[in-house]
Amino acid sequence: MAVAIILGVLGIGLLWLFIGALKGREVDRRVIFVFILVAVAAPLLVNITFKFEPTPIVQAVFDEFESLPEGSTVLFSYDFDPAMAPEVQPMANVLTRHALERGHKIIFMCLFATGEGQFNVTDREVIQPEFPDRVNGVDWVNIGYKAGNEGVLNVIVTDFKKMFPTDVNGVPYDSIKIFDKIKSCKDLDLIVSIGGGRPGIKEWVLFVGDPGNVPIATGVAAVVAPQLYPYYPKQLIGLLGGVKGAAEYESHFKKVYPKYADMATPAIFMMGPQTIAHIVIMAFIVIGNLIFFLGRRKEGEEA
Amino acid sequence: MDHFGIWLAAFLTLGIYSFLYRDNAWYKLSESIFIGISAGYWVVILFWDNFYAKFWLQRQDDPMLWVGAALGFLMLLRLIPKIGWIARWPLAFIDGATAGLWGMNFLASNIMVQTKATIMPLMGPAFSGSIGDLLSNLVLVGGTFCGLIYFFFSKEHKGAFGNAARVGIWTIMITFGAMFGYTVMSRMSLLIGRIDFLFRDWLGLLK
Repeated sequence: MAVAIILGVLGIGLLWLFIGALKGREVDRRVIFVFILVAVAAPLLVNITFKFEPTPIVQAVFDEFESLPEGSTVLFSYDFDPAMAPEVQPMANVLTRHALERGHKIIFMCLFATGEGQFNVTDREVIQPEFPDRVNGVDWVNIGYKAGNEGVLNVIVTDFKKMFPTDVNGVPYDSIKIFDKIKSCKDLDLIVSIGGGRPGIKEWVLFVGDPGNVPIATGVAAVVAPQLYPYYPKQLIGLLGGVKGAAEYESHFKKVYPKYADMATPAIFMMGPQTIAHIVIMAFIVIGNLIFFLGRRKEGEEA
Repeated sequence: MDHFGIWLAAFLTLGIYSFLYRDNAWYKLSESIFIGISAGYWVVILFWDNFYAKFWLQRQDDPMLWVGAALGFLMLLRLIPKIGWIARWPLAFIDGATAGLWGMNFLASNIMVQTKATIMPLMGPAFSGSIGDLLSNLVLVGGTFCGLIYFFFSKEHKGAFGNAARVGIWTIMITFGAMFGYTVMSRMSLLIGRIDFLFRDWLGLLK
């Protein structure tokens, strides 16, 4: 019902714009901004949500976490900043939740300096409240950020300690239990890079995944997802593309683990405004093209 | 303090979005604060992470670090116009090292493995998929082949060759369309994130 009302109001507005444009009235860009604002704000206020089923590329990531034996070591690389966070933080949170739920051990690191702050969000929202029994250094560890982009990856593919002699709290590498069996990226069972910029997933594939023969999964901002599809399925085992991919994962995770039915699902929540905004943008594209072709035909008839 | 932070963030968010109406002082102030804080943040991070942690603490263990430090110092000579040209040496080193580092990995991953991944079975014992998989493989192989033909300019795009090039350009256009759609989704997510912040944290309209 709420969807119908919002679409109805927006539809009447778009029709008014279309008729005005046919009469030769210019559509100010600020009018378009107002439409987008309404398309985003209204579904947020009335909380419109949709149901999602995982696509094969998202399901592949889920299945990988499920198939790894308990106690496997997974590396999470937080390669993003606050600007990308609305899109990829939900992925980071749900993937971390899934890994800990399955009893995997996690090494957190980042190729973006701002990734350390984003890890703190996951720590605050997932690890501390939901898995308080998991011990830092034994079940998970945060080794933080190191400058050097692909240079960092080129080193850790053969030697972790050389690049990360301590964790973020200054605990020496040799004292961290999780590293007892992990000497390089080649010893990892899975790498998950979450991001959307550079350095990011492409660097992980080129400098670690392919040379080290390590399976890599990723969750990325939608803007780079099309460039990464060619790596699937040979060089990437799966991919969460944008907030849609995150929503599919959240939805499937809740379905498989009913005890998380009440967990926060920011990606599913964001897909309401996302869908309405896309409909409005598509309507503007259609209206713009219609006016263009009608105008051209009119010019042809006059000439 | 939390309330002050939220009000400040809301003030700066609205300041940035005020540009959508027109350029104004509020926007310029917000933009300048953002640029200044970003620059300051990176200077601090890189000083402690690169200079202090990677060079200063280990300078006596590894003599090679002095070479890197010297090249870094030469880079700073750009600040002195008369001898600024010396900064080209460390830049040349960085260019060469990066090209060498990327060259091999790019060749192996983005050319060799990607080419191998494009060789898909369409029939015979190697193929065990459904009709959908067969169509998918055909689109992948055909789209890649025709896309490459479009960029082959040594022969005029006429006849069967021209038709293949036309299929290639359509494939590329569909790819651009998908990229545009994903870009819209990405940008909308950022807008939703900010509006969610304003409604939830600032105005308290969402639980």
